[in-house]
Amino acid sequence: MGNLLSLTTFIPLLGAGILALFLRGDDAAAQRNAKWVALATTVFTFAVSLFILAGFKTDAAGFQFVEDRQWLLGMRYKMGVDGISLLFVMLTTFLMPLVIAACWDVTHRVKEYMIAFLVLETLMIGVFVALDLVLFYLFFEAGLIPMFLIIGIWGGKNRIYASFKFFLYTFLGSVLMLVAMVAMFAQAGTTDIPTLMAYNFSAESFPILGVQILGGVQTLLWFAFFASFAVKMPMWPVHTWLPDAHVQAPTAGSVVLAAILLKMGGYGFLRFSLPMFPVASEIWAPLVLWLSAIAIVYTSLVALVQKDIKKLIAYSSVAHMGFVTAGIFALNQQGLDGAVFQMISHGFISGALFLGVGVIYDRMHTREIDAYGGLVNRMPAYAAVFLLFTMANVGLPGTSGFVGEFLTLMGMFQANTWVAAVATTGVIFSAAYALFLYRRVVMGDLIKESLKSITDMTAREKWIFAPLVVMTILLGVYPSLVTDITGPSVARLVDQVEVAVAAHGSENAIASATAATPAQH
Amino acid sequence: MFSLDLQTVLPEVILAVYAMVALMAGVYTTKDKSAGILIWATAAMFGLVAFLIATREGTDPAFLNSFIDDGFARFSKVTILLSAAIVLVMSQEYLARRNLLRFEYPVLVTLAVVGMMVMVSANDLMVLYMGIELQSLAMYVVASLRRDSEKSTEAGLKYFVLGALSSGLMLYGASLVYGFAGTTQFEGIFLATAIDVPLGLIFGLVFLMVGFAFKVSAAPFHMWTPDVYEGAPTPVTAFMATAPKMAAIALFARVVFDGFGGIVGDWQQIIAFLSVVSVFWGGIAAIGQTNIKRLMAYSSIAHMGFALMGLASGTAFGVQAMLIYMAIYVTMNIGTFAFILSMERDGRPVTDINSLHMYSRYAPMRALAMLVLLFSLAGVPPMVGFFGKLYVLRAAYEGGLTWLAILGVIASVIGAFYYLRIVYYMYFGEEREALDTGTSPLLWGVLMASAAVMVFGVINLFGIEPLAAAAAATLVN
Repeated sequence: MGNLLSLTTFIPLLGAGILALFLRGDDAAAQRNAKWVALATTVFTFAVSLFILAGFKTDAAGFQFVEDRQWLLGMRYKMGVDGISLLFVMLTTFLMPLVIAACWDVTHRVKEYMIAFLVLETLMIGVFVALDLVLFYLFFEAGLIPMFLIIGIWGGKNRIYASFKFFLYTFLGSVLMLVAMVAMFAQAGTTDIPTLMAYNFSAESFPILGVQILGGVQTLLWFAFFASFAVKMPMWPVHTWLPDAHVQAPTAGSVVLAAILLKMGGYGFLRFSLPMFPVASEIWAPLVLWLSAIAIVYTSLVALVQKDIKKLIAYSSVAHMGFVTAGIFALNQQGLDGAVFQMISHGFISGALFLGVGVIYDRMHTREIDAYGGLVNRMPAYAAVFLLFTMANVGLPGTSGFVGEFLTLMGMFQANTWVAAVATTGVIFSAAYALFLYRRVVMGDLIKESLKSITDMTAREKWIFAPLVVMTILLGVYPSLVTDITGPSVARLVDQVEVAVAAHGSENAIASATAATPAQH
Repeated sequence: MFSLDLQTVLPEVILAVYAMVALMAGVYTTKDKSAGILIWATAAMFGLVAFLIATREGTDPAFLNSFIDDGFARFSKVTILLSAAIVLVMSQEYLARRNLLRFEYPVLVTLAVVGMMVMVSANDLMVLYMGIELQSLAMYVVASLRRDSEKSTEAGLKYFVLGALSSGLMLYGASLVYGFAGTTQFEGIFLATAIDVPLGLIFGLVFLMVGFAFKVSAAPFHMWTPDVYEGAPTPVTAFMATAPKMAAIALFARVVFDGFGGIVGDWQQIIAFLSVVSVFWGGIAAIGQTNIKRLMAYSSIAHMGFALMGLASGTAFGVQAMLIYMAIYVTMNIGTFAFILSMERDGRPVTDINSLHMYSRYAPMRALAMLVLLFSLAGVPPMVGFFGKLYVLRAAYEGGLTWLAILGVIASVIGAFYYLRIVYYMYFGEEREALDTGTSPLLWGVLMASAAVMVFGVINLFGIEPLAAAAAATLVN
């Protein structure tokens, strides 16, 4: 099976093609068929991706399952996975069947809805397996199109504003990355990602318009990539598109956005910023650490005062992504391991939380926190599931949320104690807003007339949550499942950054020594 | 010698003779009744000549080196001929339904195409001017094809007045160049600049370039474009947005590289300026447009800005990037205009983008194809339009114009807004009075084919890359 990755990537697209070409009509039967085809496709994709997981050698740090073909202009169609990207591929293929199952009650333009999600799945997997700069950019950017349509067509009242903001914001962020890619292509003469990871971009400082650029070319390229990934992540202060997009997107769209699309930013940092521009990453790490710390505290506080459940969870996502960026730019093994773990765990938890909101939204058609209260009386199963994920979101030990936060905080502590201290207060705030939300929505007496006849979760909904519950607890009690896979790749990454930074440091020392020598004579 | 020269210009001669014969036949026999057949015949003729050109090889100068047939010219000519052929057949039904189908139309288009072919093959300022004028005069007439419409005649007049102005500027520049270089041949000019570059020659070059900027409708010399696009009958607009643009920008490249290739630094900044103003003005001014034809006019201004970005780099790769960009641009525009031509309500053409509300509801395939084209125009991957941008950006970077590349991508985000707005009407809008859906299968086919090219081109751009590279290599050396 030499092309397992291409297979996994393009099966959903094939499913979308079948839906587009062969499914006619818009009656109930056609809608049901569309859903089944989509569900079968995503389940099949997951099954195929299990072969990748099974065949993956966890002791190797390099890329595996590599495919390499000629493409345009010296670019290559190259795919492969290492310990970092494999987990994101698995996360995507694991979540997509649940996402499809979660939109079972949709009746508005079902066929197009399913096609949009299947195309989106292909593009998301493509982002994580691409080993060519331009191929990566192609998948990365193309994902905007289906998401734009998902928000715009199936979204809430203010969907048009949200979809335009989503598209233009992220598009603006990533075009600068395109220019940086062109520059890298021209300098290194290749778009091959493994080669570029080993390529030493100059870190010699030089002045632009009289301002000395610390870290030289690396800094400029680093910032171009940073612009894109920080928007995608999203990091404070460029996070404002996310709450809008989340609130207006349909439930399934929110799940994909929070669970997978946001991870592309973190993945980008790990795949591009760190290994390709290690010196610049080292120089600008304090900036990212402080932005992350601000994000954690600020967005947690903002979450505290939200009236809309989805908006609250969206802000909590931004805060959790703050842990990820801080973990990544702690630039040590714990921080990076924690960041990857946090991303995977957040994929399950935030996905489940948005699904949880979807459950009650489907019943009451409102996301106002004030419209709820006392749900535990009529929805005990829902209350239990929602409690689990609320606790996981807070980072309760025994859930996957704890491991990620703990590891990233440990990494941060080694890198910058003050940042770690500020970020830890964020943990308290997150407990505050999550528990506050839980109390207002689930606890108390059921006094609202409109809620008197609300029903508990159906069997379908329970089945959607079951795998997420299992994963959250499993990763919480046995985190090695993730760290064993990421370990070697992350260790190599840390090594690479340290070596490059040390080399740059000694170069500078030599340069200053030679500059100082003539003066002595 | 003379027979060899004739052989070199054979494609132009064939088309010119064909135009005369068609004109005579039209005048003396059937008049407008056979115009429909004439359109198909002309398109077939274009296809044949394109095939004839594509089979040629090598570099053949003719008529004392004032005319040249090389790889660059052939690439441009084939693009011009094929796009003109497709636009012609697309327009047949539209014109027939509106009683505009006159036999002069295909004849004038043929003459314009001959002019364009002369333009891209020109190796001498006089031949160049001849080509431009032949093209322009034919175009002025077709722009006001709808004689009883104020807007159409206004479009023709505006086009004529501003076109004449630009021709005047160009002639002034050409005479200055002649005066200071002592020759009108590009090779001679190239040799003259090698020794010493008199200021007058630079003045001449600037005036020439202003004239070309008018022809490619690059800002700030674009003012005629929106009005002419809007006023001219839609098939004519489709024609103006494709083949003449290719011809004008190829001519631009020909002059600056063959004639002034030794003084790249002197014209690079001017083209970079035209490019950056065009991409921004094309993007910003289009935001307020509600007429889709005006919107496409601004879109074409922005796209010309990107094509000029390739030219501004001053390298062979830049010319290759520009050729690829133009080929992609022409294909996208053909598809988009096939869509615009099919926009009708109760048989009357509609150009307001408001009328597209919820278009995807009742014409899902068409809406999807248009969606693909719009994202391609915006330069979003994986559509082919993105690769056009990628090539010119790389060219700009390698030409040392990083600032231009950065400004270009920022402008492309502004531009994305108005393409998204059309998507918004088609997909997210509200239910309103629908447009007609049962229009011609030919337009449907062209639209679908163009969209398919935009999607499947991602595999290898249909092998256009090496062709463009070979073409660029013959121009820059």
